[in-house]
Amino acid sequence: MSSIRCRQLCKTFKQGDEIITGLDHIDLDIDEGEFVCLSGPSGSGKTTLLNAIGGLDTPDSGEIHMGDIRVDQLERGPLADMRLHHIGFVFQAYNLIPVLTAQENVEFVMEVQGMAASERAQKARDILKEVGLEGMEDRRPAQLSGGQQQRVAVARAIVSHPDLVLADEPTANLDSVSAGHLMGLFQELNQHHKITFVISTHDKRVMRYARRLIKMQDGKIIGDEAQ
Amino acid sequence: MRDVTLRMAWRNLWRHWRRTWLTVGAMIFSNGLLIFAMSLQFGSYDMMIDNSLQAYSGHLQLQHPRYLDEPKMRYAVDDITATGARLRRELGLESISARAAGFALASSEERSYGLQIIGVDPAREPLVSTLPGLVKQGRYLEPGVAGEIVIGAVLARNLKVKTGDELTFIGSGFDDSFAAGIVRVVGIFESGIADLDRALAQVDLAYFQEVFAMQERGHSLTVRAQHIDDVESLQAKIATLLDNNESTLLRHWDELQPGLRQAIQADMASNSFMYIVLIVLVAFSVLNTQLMSVLERTREFGTMMALGLQPGRLARLVMLETALMTALGLVLGIVVGLIINLYLSRVGFSYPGMDEVALKFNLPERIYPAISVASMTLGPAAVAVGSLLAALYPALRLYLLTPIEAMRAV
Amino acid sequence: MARFSVHFKTILTLSWRNLWRNRRRTAIMLGAISVGVWAMIFMTALMRGMVDDMLNQGIRNLPGHVQIQHPEFLDDPNVVNSIDEAQGDLLAALKDDGTRVWANRIRVPAVIASERESRGVNLVGIEPLSEAEITGLPGQIAAGRFLESNDDKGLVIGAKLAERLETRLGKRVVVMSQDPDNNIAERGFRVVGIYRAELAAQEEFNVYAARATLQKLLKIEGRVSQIVLVDDDYRDVEALYQRVAEAAPEGVEVKPWYEIDTYLAVMFNMMDGFVLVWVVIIFLALSFGLVNTLVMAVFERIREIGLIQALGMRPGLIVYQILLESLLLLLIGLFIGNLLALITIKPLEDGLDVSIVAEGMAMMGAGSVIYPNLSLYDVMLANVVVILLGILTSILPAWRASQLDPVRALNTH
Repeated sequence: MSSIRCRQLCKTFKQGDEIITGLDHIDLDIDEGEFVCLSGPSGSGKTTLLNAIGGLDTPDSGEIHMGDIRVDQLERGPLADMRLHHIGFVFQAYNLIPVLTAQENVEFVMEVQGMAASERAQKARDILKEVGLEGMEDRRPAQLSGGQQQRVAVARAIVSHPDLVLADEPTANLDSVSAGHLMGLFQELNQHHKITFVISTHDKRVMRYARRLIKMQDGKIIGDEAQ
Repeated sequence: MRDVTLRMAWRNLWRHWRRTWLTVGAMIFSNGLLIFAMSLQFGSYDMMIDNSLQAYSGHLQLQHPRYLDEPKMRYAVDDITATGARLRRELGLESISARAAGFALASSEERSYGLQIIGVDPAREPLVSTLPGLVKQGRYLEPGVAGEIVIGAVLARNLKVKTGDELTFIGSGFDDSFAAGIVRVVGIFESGIADLDRALAQVDLAYFQEVFAMQERGHSLTVRAQHIDDVESLQAKIATLLDNNESTLLRHWDELQPGLRQAIQADMASNSFMYIVLIVLVAFSVLNTQLMSVLERTREFGTMMALGLQPGRLARLVMLETALMTALGLVLGIVVGLIINLYLSRVGFSYPGMDEVALKFNLPERIYPAISVASMTLGPAAVAVGSLLAALYPALRLYLLTPIEAMRAV
Repeated sequence: MARFSVHFKTILTLSWRNLWRNRRRTAIMLGAISVGVWAMIFMTALMRGMVDDMLNQGIRNLPGHVQIQHPEFLDDPNVVNSIDEAQGDLLAALKDDGTRVWANRIRVPAVIASERESRGVNLVGIEPLSEAEITGLPGQIAAGRFLESNDDKGLVIGAKLAERLETRLGKRVVVMSQDPDNNIAERGFRVVGIYRAELAAQEEFNVYAARATLQKLLKIEGRVSQIVLVDDDYRDVEALYQRVAEAAPEGVEVKPWYEIDTYLAVMFNMMDGFVLVWVVIIFLALSFGLVNTLVMAVFERIREIGLIQALGMRPGLIVYQILLESLLLLLIGLFIGNLLALITIKPLEDGLDVSIVAEGMAMMGAGSVIYPNLSLYDVMLANVVVILLGILTSILPAWRASQLDPVRALNTH
């Protein structure tokens, strides 16, 4: 599993009587280890594209390749496995499991992956330390600030070294200091662990960190430049 | 609890602690009630069977094959005393007693009544029947003494006789000859079972055989097992000892008193209906709680699916939660049931008017619960199964969930 | 008043709509209430039917709703314990139009012998014309005929007894009993009819002859064992009992059925208790779900309740609205439950065959077919208990909702 290749991706939604174009013949290649930002106004198709790449949503037509795998043709089960083992998600609204502590939220994914209890406990502690949450392992999401919660979500996304992290508006609910910290963390992880990052955002502060900035509008890519 | 899933399931239960406790409460209520009802039910069945069988009919009877349906004098068993002795010896069981029965018209000075007259072995009869012990006036028969009779209390009253009085009886003997005798009432028994007290009398077996021209014949060998559970194995043993003798048939108490088992079955059927209704109502509670709990966590489930969890895993989580809730209801319900049972096993259970009903079914005036593994766990286990089945619907609904829509849900 | 009705309409609408906001939950709760109410009524109707059958059969064997007899007779049913046939004041009272049926009866122990066998039986001397309404015996004749007059010379015996005696229709049997002077009274009878009874024990035990014929045999002309009276409904025999007791001569005993057979009386009285206990148990099992539903409904609407409180709705009205919501839920559940009970009981009107446990039912004194008895009293009881206790259990969650602090409620997510 390495590079991502999208060919002629199309997706439409129905909203009431209106048909909305989500993706309109998207062609996109992302190599291993890239740090990509998708930007554009809301409704431009950023989230739809992320969801399609992550296998949360299936396109109406077109192909998505991840390495040798045709993501768009996988069944529900293998898709879930692919997400579990190869992709990390970070959502706009953190989406932590409220009844679990920070430590347990991170451990949970590893438990599902089938990792031994002692190993995953150690890994979770290490990764939480790495995202700067040492000492807060036993707090529940409600006892953490928005920025801290998002860092737990990041820790959860990267703890088992996925090939790809998909982040959908990760800073939308964060103040600028926290947003800066988060992006710094992403950058560091990208460089140290060779994880590919695809981040959708309309936040200027985030785009500054991008090494490749893809601009979208009405489901089309209208700009794609390295920075 | 190193398992995060288990911890998560447990904590999920307490997100709405009122809801969980109300559901668990419904389980505890039903479990306690089921244990209480089943223990009393089993307890009264045991007593009903014991009391009914011990009084007279015993656990097994060796009879002529046609005697059960047509209790006529000519359907007799040959050499009954010798056969009884042989069985006692080979089985090492003393509680086997020979009887012969006939119908006679008994007359006192003032009255005449038809009665069932039984020839018994006075030494062994107390081992198979409680009747000899229920002699309230006078004494029971003595072995080998002719011309003595014990009769039921109602019969004594109707004949206007007391102990020491004489009775004459006439009937017809084995060979259709005229059978008559004069006997002295030595004892009057009072069993509380109307049929016995009104129309039963016992005399010595040898005397009976002589008067009714039975020679060495009798009508039944009545066997009482050590315990009701041993009856079937004892039956098998006796059958082999007698090796398929076609002139006799060994009757189980089921056949001797068919009403007994059927009364129990009828009672069980109506009770089962009530139990099932209770279980269904608990299942509704669980269904409601778990469906609500799944629906309000749709977003959370969406996230977990996005992280790569298969729907089956989420369904298992919901079932695990239900199982924990059920286990709580099970344990607490059994505790409540046990407390009720322990209390009742000291003081007994009764309700107004029960003495009348109890009499009808050969029960004492207070019944005591049978505390057994079955009576303590059958009800709660059924509640648990019902609850888990009810949770299947909310759990299986998760297979219809897609991560994106789920995460969009409020 | 006008103000109240406006309020009521608004609150009713609010309650109704709120009820259907969470359709699934409401539907499940309705399911639970319906099943519960159905079970209450269905089970009760079956039990009532069974107990009614027991009572009817039991009383029919007594066989009067009210009986007049010698004070010693019940304990010692001997020929010496007899009384005069109905006459004088008593006869006048009996002929009063309030008594549906009455008849003189003789009942003595006897021995019946065929050529092969003999048995102890209960010899009953009856007045054939009244018998149909007292025991229904004429309808149970399986072979031959029923007795035709008070001095019919025939004998009617049960099928089981005929089998035991190895005799049959048209054969002669000898009946032996004793007269008041303790002399053997013996006479040959021709078997003119054979009857079948619901309970085998009766078939084997009761033998019927005509009243005057037996009086002659037993040398008790003008005297009988009992005078039996049957009223329209065994549940209400008090008036008959009082009237007859006043008119009865000295030295005889007048007893209503419930004093003669205390087992039947207990069954009769216990049934009401059983119905109440059963209904309350089912309600309790339901109540957990009901409270649960209301607690969750309030919980989901905390913000909203805060809002309407902030808008000035008094706490009392919130209680009112939630109670109304609970009442609506109960009423719909009751409606469906009652309907279900009606639908399921209707096809059983011709009887539910339980002959597989016939001998067990006989032990309890009931027949092998249960005819459900849907009594208005039981249905009312179930409905009233559910509504009253239902409202009662809803008060706590409703009251808690009204005690919410509007500001905190509004800030709850």
